Amino acid sequence: MTGRLHPGLIAFAVLVYIFLMGPLIIVIGSSLSDTTFLTFPPQGLSLRWFERIFEMAAFRRTMVTSFQVATLATCFALIIGIPAAYALNRYRVQLPGWLSTLFVLPILVPEIVLGFSLLRSVQVGAGLPVFSTLLIGHTLLVLPYCVRVISASLASFDFSIEEAAISLGSPPWKTFFTVVLPNVRSGVIAAFILAFITSINDVSVALFLTGPGISTLPIQILAHVEQFFDPVIASVSVLLMFLTVAVMAVVERTLGLTFLTK
Amino acid sequence: MLKRFMGWVMSAPATALVVLCLIVPVGATIGATFTTDAGPLGSYLAFLGSGFRRTVLWRTLEIALLTTVFSLLIGFLTAYVVSRAPARWRSVLIIAAVFPLLTGVVVRSFAFLILLGRNGMVNNALVWLGVEGAPFPMLYTQGAVIIAMVYLFVPLMILTLVGVLENIPDDLIQASSSLGASPFQTFRQVIFPLAVPGLIVGAVLVFTGSFTAYATPQLVGGESVMVMGTFLHQQAMVAFDWDSASTIAAIMVVVTLAVVLGMTRIAKRLNPMST
Repeated sequence: MTGRLHPGLIAFAVLVYIFLMGPLIIVIGSSLSDTTFLTFPPQGLSLRWFERIFEMAAFRRTMVTSFQVATLATCFALIIGIPAAYALNRYRVQLPGWLSTLFVLPILVPEIVLGFSLLRSVQVGAGLPVFSTLLIGHTLLVLPYCVRVISASLASFDFSIEEAAISLGSPPWKTFFTVVLPNVRSGVIAAFILAFITSINDVSVALFLTGPGISTLPIQILAHVEQFFDPVIASVSVLLMFLTVAVMAVVERTLGLTFLTK
Repeated sequence: MLKRFMGWVMSAPATALVVLCLIVPVGATIGATFTTDAGPLGSYLAFLGSGFRRTVLWRTLEIALLTTVFSLLIGFLTAYVVSRAPARWRSVLIIAAVFPLLTGVVVRSFAFLILLGRNGMVNNALVWLGVEGAPFPMLYTQGAVIIAMVYLFVPLMILTLVGVLENIPDDLIQASSSLGASPFQTFRQVIFPLAVPGLIVGAVLVFTGSFTAYATPQLVGGESVMVMGTFLHQQAMVAFDWDSASTIAAIMVVVTLAVVLGMTRIAKRLNPMST
């Protein structure tokens, strides 16, 4: 597939990739600076801003909250999303076509509108605690990824294998866990990862659903940047980039990264 | 008998969550805009009657439109290079596009604070080069918001389009050139038309994403480049005017749905593969 590419086009693509990578490299560089203000190239190398993150209670607390919310929301979304994806594939005939659109709605509705509406109706209207509302918001936010990725895996699953197991006497629920689920394992892992990273990075939904003592890491970063302009934010950003690298390594091992272009 | 409803039973929890926690609350937000003291359409007339609010809406549309156009241009050309690159390079280039995409919006927008600030890298370079008038105020301008948003959405566009461009059979391109078409003619008459559905999907993603963005305009644009997202937050959490915030939310939903539905229709009509 190595057709002749115009050298101008190649040069353009190189510039685009410099544009894509440059800012991230600058963030990494600034996080290592020894100065009390943000600067690039770094003046004097030090890791003290990484230590500083963990000395600040607000960052420690919001990091824990972000991880709790991301883990719980992803698990809830998988628990309700896997049966839904299964039903969409296995019982295609008896279910109406709009049902699969329904599960994509959380992507179609602007996140910021979802966040505000949850604050209005669920937190204030129904009186649910802040943390529960945040959890509901993030479960909704990641549900489309779970349903769609697992649906895609199930689309290539041969349901006659399941029927064979059942006709040989295996109970349906056991068949689901021993025959169906192992066959879509890579889809479940990919869904987990995409959902987790979406939740960890979310701003627009969490923006409205924070309360006394409860906030997520991205919201804390936004609040910090508005008051201080020190390298600690660059250090937190680098930690989040490490998380991204870890996620990419897992996706690469389970599915191959080209999965993300589909 | 139960078997006939098995599909419904299994999809019930997810359906219930979407209906109860998304459709009902968002529906209530939109419904509330028709029942204010100002009458059924009063809140919308008030919105459009205020010069400041109209400016915010037009500014947001303008930013979203320009972001979409730039992302389409940059993303399409880059994706074309990626899709025709040797296999080993292709995976490296895809990884380099996925990495920023998986890195959070806050981190990526924050990078532009370091770059575009008054003592930022770009201004320091301009001063060093002796450019007259430097340092320039770059942060908190509409241009800065557009640049940061293009940065945000180009990886998404590249990944959407690489998938589409890779699916164009090589035979078609060879046939075109063996029939005497120049590389440019092949690009314009074979590759581009086949990529149109992908371009539309990418454009919808970028337009709706930048029309409803919050973190980037907040960090890079601040109060002076108020857009719908930051305005909604300001009305809801600073001014505590929930009627006004609901009106902004309703307008955002309507614009988003109109763009998605309208463009999907156009995509269906334009798809050269369908008959």
